[in-house]
Formats: sequence, C-alpha cells, structure tokens
Amino acid sequence: MPTMSYRDAIRQAMLEEMRRDPAVVVFCEDARFWTMPTHGFVDEFGPERVPIMPISEEGFTGAAIGAAMTGLRPIVDYTIANLMYVAWDQIVNHAAKNRYLFGGQASVPIVFRAAMKYANATAAQHSDRPYPQLMNVPGLKIVVPSNPADALGLLKSAIRDDDPVVYFEPLRLWGTKGEVPEGEHLVPLGKAAICREGTDVTVVAIGDAVPAALKAAEVLSGEGVDLEVVDPRTLVPLDKATILDSVAKTGRLVIADPAHKTCGAAAEVAAIVAEEGFASLRAPIVRVVAPDVHPPFSPALEALMYPSPARVIAAVQSVAPAELMAR
Amino acid sequence: MKTEEQLEAMRRMLRIRRFEEAVMDIVRKGQGIAGAVHICVGQEATIVGSCLALRDDDFMVGYHRSHGHPIAKGAQLRPLMAELMGRRTGVCRGKGGSMHLADFRVGSLGETAIVGAGIPQAVGAAYGARLRGTDQVALCFFGDGAANIGSFHEGLNLASLWSAGVVFVCENNRYAMSTALADTMAAGSVAERAASYQMPGTIVDGQDVISVFEAVSMAVERARAGEGPTLIEAHTYRYRDHAEYGNLKLSHRPEDEVEEWRRRDPISVFSAQLLASGVAEEELREIEEQVAAEVADAVAFAKASPAPDPDELFDDLWATPLEVH
Repeated sequence: MPTMSYRDAIRQAMLEEMRRDPAVVVFCEDARFWTMPTHGFVDEFGPERVPIMPISEEGFTGAAIGAAMTGLRPIVDYTIANLMYVAWDQIVNHAAKNRYLFGGQASVPIVFRAAMKYANATAAQHSDRPYPQLMNVPGLKIVVPSNPADALGLLKSAIRDDDPVVYFEPLRLWGTKGEVPEGEHLVPLGKAAICREGTDVTVVAIGDAVPAALKAAEVLSGEGVDLEVVDPRTLVPLDKATILDSVAKTGRLVIADPAHKTCGAAAEVAAIVAEEGFASLRAPIVRVVAPDVHPPFSPALEALMYPSPARVIAAVQSVAPAELMAR
Repeated sequence: MKTEEQLEAMRRMLRIRRFEEAVMDIVRKGQGIAGAVHICVGQEATIVGSCLALRDDDFMVGYHRSHGHPIAKGAQLRPLMAELMGRRTGVCRGKGGSMHLADFRVGSLGETAIVGAGIPQAVGAAYGARLRGTDQVALCFFGDGAANIGSFHEGLNLASLWSAGVVFVCENNRYAMSTALADTMAAGSVAERAASYQMPGTIVDGQDVISVFEAVSMAVERARAGEGPTLIEAHTYRYRDHAEYGNLKLSHRPEDEVEEWRRRDPISVFSAQLLASGVAEEELREIEEQVAAEVADAVAFAKASPAPDPDELFDDLWATPLEVH
C-alpha cells in the first residue's frame, strides 16, 4: 500500500472528487500558497472552481450555501478552525437549518474544513477544537479523522454526502504518514474504528488523542494491561454500538479528547455509556480532556492541555483492576 | 410594460395586499397563526416590480418580511397560508413559518430571520448558475437595516469581484424595527454604497411598480449578460409596525408621515394609472374579485389542513439519514 501524509491525503481526496464531479468547488483563502493542500488547484481547475478569495469568512460561507442549495458541492476551507466563528451565523443558522426550515426543499451539501492549530504555540484565538459546540447543532455531520487513510476516505465520503459536514483536522497530524489503500478509498460516515483490540479497558480516543492512546496501550501492554482503543472517527453520526460493545467486553471506559471538558465530546460519550451501558461498567468513567481554560501561548503551559500517553496511562491505572496492575 | 404585464402586476400586488390583510385578521382574532409576523403592506410595488423583471427560473432570496415575495415570484397561496398556520400542507411542511417561507418550485430560495444573511447566499446562487452553465440571475431583497451589517458589505464585495449575476434590491422603508435609518447609517443613501464596490447604485420610487420594474429589468439584463451586479434602493414604506404586536397605533412615526405615504399607496396609484390609460374599471374589479376568492380559498385550505403528525418532527433534518453502519 502507498504511504502518504495526512495533509496529502486531504489533498488527494479533494483532487479525486474535483476530477470526478464538476459540481465540487473550493472556497479557500490563500488557496495558492505552497503550504495549503489546495496548492496547484487554481492551475488545474481554474479560478471559476477555485476563486481567489478575500478574507471574508461570513461572505464566502453564505455564498457556499447559496451555491449548494442550487446544485454545487462547495468545500469551504477555513484554514484555522477559529476562523469559523466569523461565519458562525451562516454555519449554525443557515447551513445546518435551511433544509429543515424549508421542509426538505433544498439540501446544503457543503464540507467545512477546519484545521485545528492547537499544540502549536498559537495561543487561544488560533487553538480551538470547536467540534463539541457544533455537536450541539442538529443538521451538521462532524468528522475528526486521526490518520491519513481515514482522512482520505472520510473526506471523499463527506464531499459526496448531501448534508453539511464539518471536517476537523488536528494540524499536528498533517505531517504524520500512514498507509493508504490503493484505488478508490471511501470510509462511511458513522462507523467507528477499533484501532487496537484489547480486553481490559476501553479507551475511546478522538482526533490526535488516538495516537496518544495507542502509545499508552503499547506501554501498558508491557505491564500486562490490555487496552482496546476505539476511534469514533465521526462524532455525528456517532457509532454508539461499537463503543457500547467494547465497554460490554472490558467493563471500563477512559475517554481521551483534546477538546474542553464541559459539554464536550467526551461528556457525550460518557453520558451515552452511563445511560445505555451502565450495567457493563465495573469502574467509574474517566475523561482525559483539556481543562476548562484557554490554550495558553507558552509551550510550557500548553503542554498541560491535551491528552498525552502519560495522562492516558494514569487514567487507565486509576480504573484498571487491581490484580492486573499488581502483575 | 405591456398592458397584459401591467394587469399581472396589479394582480400580484393585490394578492399580496389581500393575503397580508387575511394574515392580520387571523392574527388579530387568534385563529391560528402563532409567533412573530412581519407584514409587508405598503411595499407591494417594489416587491412585484422586481419579481416581474425576473424569469420563472431565476432565483429570489427574501428576508424576514417576505410573505409577499414568493407571491410576487408566482407561488401558490394555499401552501403559503398553510405554512403560516403551521400545517403539514405548508410550503415548508410547517417547519419554517412566517420567517422562513421558501418555494423552490418558483425559484424562491427562502427567507432568513437573520438580517442581511441572505445577501451572500444570493451571490452564491448567481455564482453557481454561471458555473453550471446557465444564465439564471439571482435577485436579493433586504431592508434598509441590512445595509449596516457585515454580510451586506461582504456580499457586495464578492459579487463585484466575481461579476456575479445578482441584483440587490434594498426595500428602504425608512425604519429598522422602529429605529429611523437616518439615525443609524453613516451615508446619505444605501445606493451610494454601491460605488465602494464598483457597481451601479440607483434610487427608484418604490411606490411606482413601473419604475421599479424598469430599473430592475435593466439590472437583470446586465446581470444576465455577465456584466455584474447592481444595487437598487427602492424608497417605500410599511404601513404596519415591525411585527404584529397588537397595538393599534404605529410606534415612533410622525402622523403626517404615515398620511403622506398612504396618499401614495402603490395599489391606488397604479390603479389610477391603469384607469387613465384606458383599462376598464370592470377589468380591475374582476381582478379584485378573483384575488379575494383566491385568498379566501387559501385561508379555508389552511384552516382545514391538519397539523403535522408528531412523527414528522425529525423529517427533513437530514438529506441522508444518520444511519450508523
């Protein structure tokens, strides 16, 4: 299987879908810049499909909605997830709601791409993980891929989906490489991945908490603790069954998520398991998440924010059965 | 405008007027229109003159005061009235109501309850039309209050950059809710803001359906030819408060101002013009009667329609259902 970076997988997905379907267009500031996954797109597809874009998030998001309701499939790239806030009205009040408000007369097939720059010393206005806020908005599908193959397959599915999909990219994964299946690779929305099978503790990990959880699993396996790592991949729709089945097997649940604790994605997973899988639980659910404080600039402080292998290990140790930890 | 078109303009203006009167009557009597209702009586000439300049397959984007706009674009009255009454036969199946009428069958891409938000959406519809290889034009209505919000400026900038086939029609009725435009806009007119975005900006008498039709027709022609957007500011007036609050007196309006505008009522003015041009009184009376019957039929239809079933609550939220694989 070929190997590619997460960033190149995003680029590959857009290229394949734009070549396949002339209705796919890209709205992106600075799309021609060499670091952007859209580098070279203007040359291949022309400025009609990849317009030179002013810094005008609210404007071009609204334009994407008007174009989507009348037959196009725009990909809107916010470059940095925080910049979505400037377009919040269009995303939350219109993209998410128009289909419902209009009684199904029109769909809004847009992919909103949002790279999350946290853990890059860019301070609070460039470092948010806004997906929990949007999980609170019915009408939006939400994707957070954790590796290149999923980045490719989920983005292609998102572009083909008839609903608005918000696609969150942890920027520090952009450079990571991984194997990608040859030929057309589609990953359906709503299907979790079991990244590592195990028997003792389930770790549901989101975004770049997945590699942290896998690293923790490696360390703990040396200590005789066998982690099962589940990556939901899409938060809406959420594959509850895979999570509940895993907890039914292990009886223990740790949730690792780089977003804030209060009303977060981890909180939702915890609530679902408490409501629908309570009988399986043999220990309290533990969340390894960002504390409810803004990402600080200083790398020394920001290092305290997000799930790390060490934090996942500590959480697992707090719930793992005593006889296992004693081994 | 040919005589036939003029009579159609009259018919559509009357449809809006009688429809809105029926809405106010239902609201007043508590007969089944819930929530906020923003009435557009007084502004019919601007709405109809603009929409008649469009082709059937052109797009139209409304705003929160847009019961009249789909009517002007040719929508049937029954599903509109049923929507206002929250019935399952409503044009939006009871999900949108007064502030979200949309009728895609006639190119009405919907109202928004958020001031100005439809402006960039209309630009996108025009952009999409060009990319899809059609010459459809998008016309966007908004009030004077929208001229001060960011989406107006971002939308006009994008439209101009892209030479989008879009026509912006500002219905300047002088008040944003109850606040006078003069107190809130750092410009002499909405139209002059067009210059900043390198597009023509014109002011038109919004009480004169022919003037509006002619100005918008020129803008539509320009848009269709790929020559870019136009901003038209129509001076008009609303006879009602921002929304139907149940108060009898209009708030924050000088008495003589209301009287002055009522003397220039768009329907009375146009009716007099038609009679002077030789249209028979009988012909106008016939249109009046037909429209009254249509509106009565729409009200009866809406009242007889069932409310949505509880199991319709989730319908139309998703285009592809949230199936977990």
